[in-house]
Amino acid sequence: MNWTGKRLPRLEDPALLRGEGSYTADIAIGARAVRLVRSPFASGRIISITPPAEMSAGALLVTGRDLAGLGTIRPTLARFNYVAIGQPILPVERVHFVGQAVAAVIADTPERAEDLAEQVMLDIDPEDAVADLDAAMAPGAPVLHPEAPGNVLVEGQLRQSGCDAAFAGAAHVVELGIRSRRQNATPMEGRGGCATFDRATGRVRLTASCQMPHMLRTGIAELLGMPEADLQVVAPDVGGGFGQKMALFPEYPLLVWLARKYRGSFAWIEDRNENLIASAHSRDQRHVIRGAFDADGTLRGLEVDILSNVGAFSCYPVTCGVEPLMAFAEYPGPYKVPAYAARARGITTNTCVMAPYRGVSRPAITFGMERLMDRAAAQLGIDRVALRRRNLVDSFPCRTAMGMTLDDASYIEAMDRAIDAADLPAFRARQAAARVEGRYLGLGFAVFNERTGYGTPAFAARSMGIVPGYEVVDIAMTPLGEIEARIGASPHGQGLRTALAQLIADRLGVTPDAVRIIHGDTDRTPYGWGTFASRGMVIAGGACQIAADKLADRLRVLAARMLQADPAGIVLRDGQAFAGEASMPLAELARLAHQRSDLFGSDVADRRFNLADTASYDPGGTFSNACHLAEVEVDVETGLVRIARYLVVEDAGRLINPMIADGQVHGGVAQGIANALFEEIIYAEDGNILTGSLADYLPPTAAEIPDIEIIHLETISDASITGAKGLGEGGAIGAPAAIGNAISDALAPFGVDITELPATPARIRALLRGREPTP
Amino acid sequence: MKPAAFDYHAPLTPEAALALLATHGEDGKVLAGGQSLVPTMAFRLARPAVLIDINRIEALNFCRPEGEVLRVGALTRHARFETPVVTGPLGLLLADVVRNIAHTPIRSRGTMCGSLAHADPASEWCCTALTLGATLVAASTAGERLITAGDWFQSIFTTALQPNELLTEVRLPMLGSGWRCGFSEFNRRAGDFALAMAVVALQVEGGVIREARIGLGGVGATPILAAEAAALLVGQSPGEVVWSEAAERAATCFEPTEDINATPEYRRDLVRAVVKRALRKAVAT
Amino acid sequence: MTTQRITLTVNGMTHAIEVEPRRTLADTLRDQCGLTGTHLGCEHGVCGACTVIVDNQPVRSCLMFGIQAEGRSIRTVEGLADGATLSPLQQSFWDHHGLQCGFCTPGFLMLATWLLERETPIDEAELRHVLSSNLCRCTGYQNILKAVREAAKGLGKWVESAPA
Repeated sequence: MNWTGKRLPRLEDPALLRGEGSYTADIAIGARAVRLVRSPFASGRIISITPPAEMSAGALLVTGRDLAGLGTIRPTLARFNYVAIGQPILPVERVHFVGQAVAAVIADTPERAEDLAEQVMLDIDPEDAVADLDAAMAPGAPVLHPEAPGNVLVEGQLRQSGCDAAFAGAAHVVELGIRSRRQNATPMEGRGGCATFDRATGRVRLTASCQMPHMLRTGIAELLGMPEADLQVVAPDVGGGFGQKMALFPEYPLLVWLARKYRGSFAWIEDRNENLIASAHSRDQRHVIRGAFDADGTLRGLEVDILSNVGAFSCYPVTCGVEPLMAFAEYPGPYKVPAYAARARGITTNTCVMAPYRGVSRPAITFGMERLMDRAAAQLGIDRVALRRRNLVDSFPCRTAMGMTLDDASYIEAMDRAIDAADLPAFRARQAAARVEGRYLGLGFAVFNERTGYGTPAFAARSMGIVPGYEVVDIAMTPLGEIEARIGASPHGQGLRTALAQLIADRLGVTPDAVRIIHGDTDRTPYGWGTFASRGMVIAGGACQIAADKLADRLRVLAARMLQADPAGIVLRDGQAFAGEASMPLAELARLAHQRSDLFGSDVADRRFNLADTASYDPGGTFSNACHLAEVEVDVETGLVRIARYLVVEDAGRLINPMIADGQVHGGVAQGIANALFEEIIYAEDGNILTGSLADYLPPTAAEIPDIEIIHLETISDASITGAKGLGEGGAIGAPAAIGNAISDALAPFGVDITELPATPARIRALLRGREPTP
Repeated sequence: MKPAAFDYHAPLTPEAALALLATHGEDGKVLAGGQSLVPTMAFRLARPAVLIDINRIEALNFCRPEGEVLRVGALTRHARFETPVVTGPLGLLLADVVRNIAHTPIRSRGTMCGSLAHADPASEWCCTALTLGATLVAASTAGERLITAGDWFQSIFTTALQPNELLTEVRLPMLGSGWRCGFSEFNRRAGDFALAMAVVALQVEGGVIREARIGLGGVGATPILAAEAAALLVGQSPGEVVWSEAAERAATCFEPTEDINATPEYRRDLVRAVVKRALRKAVAT
Repeated sequence: MTTQRITLTVNGMTHAIEVEPRRTLADTLRDQCGLTGTHLGCEHGVCGACTVIVDNQPVRSCLMFGIQAEGRSIRTVEGLADGATLSPLQQSFWDHHGLQCGFCTPGFLMLATWLLERETPIDEAELRHVLSSNLCRCTGYQNILKAVREAAKGLGKWVESAPA
């Protein structure tokens, strides 16, 4: 039986379907309720914080002064052009963005905590704020942090030697400015935590809706100056994260501090308004892109200038470099770029902190590159497919301008498959017929690659003070023959329990339901990083495969002893160990190994590890790739875009569970569509946030998201031992570019194209107003 | 996002409700479907001291034609209108409009009278009531007042209803068979508040429009009648040219609201589109 | 803060509880009745995660107070399965990967349970219309729609839409 590659229904699902999932808010019932008092001002000096006139019995108010002596959240990059900024758990002197927590009140119910929070008097002397890139970079702009006088927190600069010559000698220089507006990852479950003090042991258990429990534990212990051993962090069922839940947010150390100080149980469950204004934002970027092309369409040089609004502080542990520096390093994407120049700056503003969100900078850089390609095709009079074919990397491995190695992939094939499936001639006929009726159809596509499953070397190359990378798996077979794999990674809804069980089952000749994946608990799992950066299947999967192979070797040695055969000849299959015709159940072997170790003689090394082993995996990374294709209709009277068809040709190497893989693509594309057309966090000039509810911030519904067609390619590269490449983020990366190109194609008769995300109806109408189509 | 505390009353008769309103006046707030009020309370933008829940007053749960009007009681939920409640153009219009009001679970709780009392500028029912010339019945312990829709809507979230009054019913004119109605609205996402909407009602006789009403919603502080635009239609034969003229006039007959979704210019664009579409729908039915 | 004693009937079981009038039905179910399958995703009536069925109608339990539900028949996700057997809709969600993180799932299940129990047959347009009420951030809705569609077919409730 081969479980890998099967569309196995998920082992996670029955409990979730019965309403028996266990999310942080479920665990928090009964704990004392913590409510944060948040700043109404984008910038200001704290004069005083006055408690409510009537505090009910047991109610508490905590301010920054109560936390005196504790450190700040201060992630680092070992780069000369990075300015480390510390974020206090609760500020004492100044507030830096609307929604920043400045105090906490505690009551016996969430309702009463909210009553008290309303009555806390914040005396803050407001000061001028900078809410966007232009304001923050203007001469004489208010300075957020004295350490960064120009409000630049991080900068990268590079100009390869051939660049000037490439532009000087170019037949065509194609230039484009793009804007990506701010988004919120918007997991359906917000953040939240419940810290409980155990009087018997003096330890605290923090249950938190997070993606990186081990990192969180270390970070909190360090901040609070407490023994790490006194803290257990548990990520229970997590209702989505998409990167937003990676960071060490101030609320979590505060909860642990409360639990220790007051020897009780304290819960903070983020509400939707808090999530929208005060969790983490992303994608607030502006790029200028210039491409130097030969007359035949060959790209000779690429120059990009990237500005990223990183918010008021730097997110821990990945830092505010995560967006600008990724754009800096990965802009060329799947294209051959002989000469590259880039400048990327992370600008601090009086807005919510930026953190990674599915795809990080890639949705924006893919939008930039693919809009550039379409503009170049139009300017040069070359077919868009042909232009890309000329420039896409077509031989592997390929070393990029930035020194990364592109492993085996299918850039051109993915594009060709998508174009074939789209039936361009038929589309052009439909498009022409529709234009006669005053209807505007467009077709667009986007080709991209995505570095996934990257370990220590890649993160170390970013000079991060905390270098995530490896994942560790402890595997064991219990005396009753069940397999437990304890993983350092921590899934948040992706179905990793099922997919990893499939991988392990195949190596050990058992069924996936015999494999229990244990995750999300620092007491029960080895140190590891988490699920982010499209790494779970590649890295935790790789570690599981290695661990399972080690366990299989041990089983073979023991089985060989029992069956009096050569270990090399033992086959594990159907829950049994076979030596030719002879066999024994693995469960029996497991019982003997644990409880009758006397049977195995002294030459079986170290009995404690008879049926347990540990493995880690730490690859350099593997590039997934895809081509997304969208067909849209634009209502030119209202600017509304309807997606008529959406196709993804994606190559994530070997698919462990194609059903889960499809689900990741569907969900990613839906978020990409949201990025392309719907979602935008909006700040007023004074730093007030205007999109604090789901009536203003607009995640699309089933009425707006079309069915998505998927064609899988499976290029197996040796950069990943399972053959799997990462695929969690890809869906979100391709959609803005494909849709932007499709809208631009539809609106070509008006002589306008899309350079700003989301392409809202109002923005589209603004482009069209006063213009008439040319036939 | 938990509401502030309040005292709760659930009277069983209209009289009991009116007595409570008389007692609590400004502090009291009527809770019908709650689909607008409760979110506002969750954000603590509303914090009534006393909630008077009318959901158990069966006497207010009615929806029946009587003579020239359809009488809709305060407890009639939106969902009731999803299949036509009366034959003829009115039932069809209400069934068309109601599908645009939020979503199924909202429609199973929310009420038509509740929407009229809340007076959200983007309420479909408010626009419909104004366009059709509805009459609203405001009751208090002192008796009943009949208020025309034109007098009802005073400003954003503000109506002619006094703090001691309950909107017990709305009366919508039954439209004769010569009437044709159309509705169109624009929103970015299914079920959202519209950025602009139009309700139109045309009386067509012998291929000529004898009477016309065009109502706009979601574009200003209250729904408004585009009377000049409607006047352009009278005496004309239905068709694209007159639709465009009326739409153009409608787009310039008001001072648009500006918000994060729409500039004034864009709102005029949308009005142009929805008026034209509503007119097309009216004659297509 | 005065509390009031009420009795709620949830999934056929009665719960004698004390609530503040301001406590929403969602919080009442979760905190007082111990039924944490009903989730809160926005608390302002947009996301639909808290959808339950009250007197055979789908409602947002964040927009109703617990005290209002006294005497009504309330159904939540915990009441869908028959012992060890998932309901056909739950099974269809499992078979067709209609969930990922699972947070929005109870709301979708209750909304779709109501849809499937309704007399009227369901076509594609109606399916999308009704399900557009709830937000999901993981699945892109495709497999949720598929799960409900397939369940409707199994129950003889599905009709193909007339071609446009």
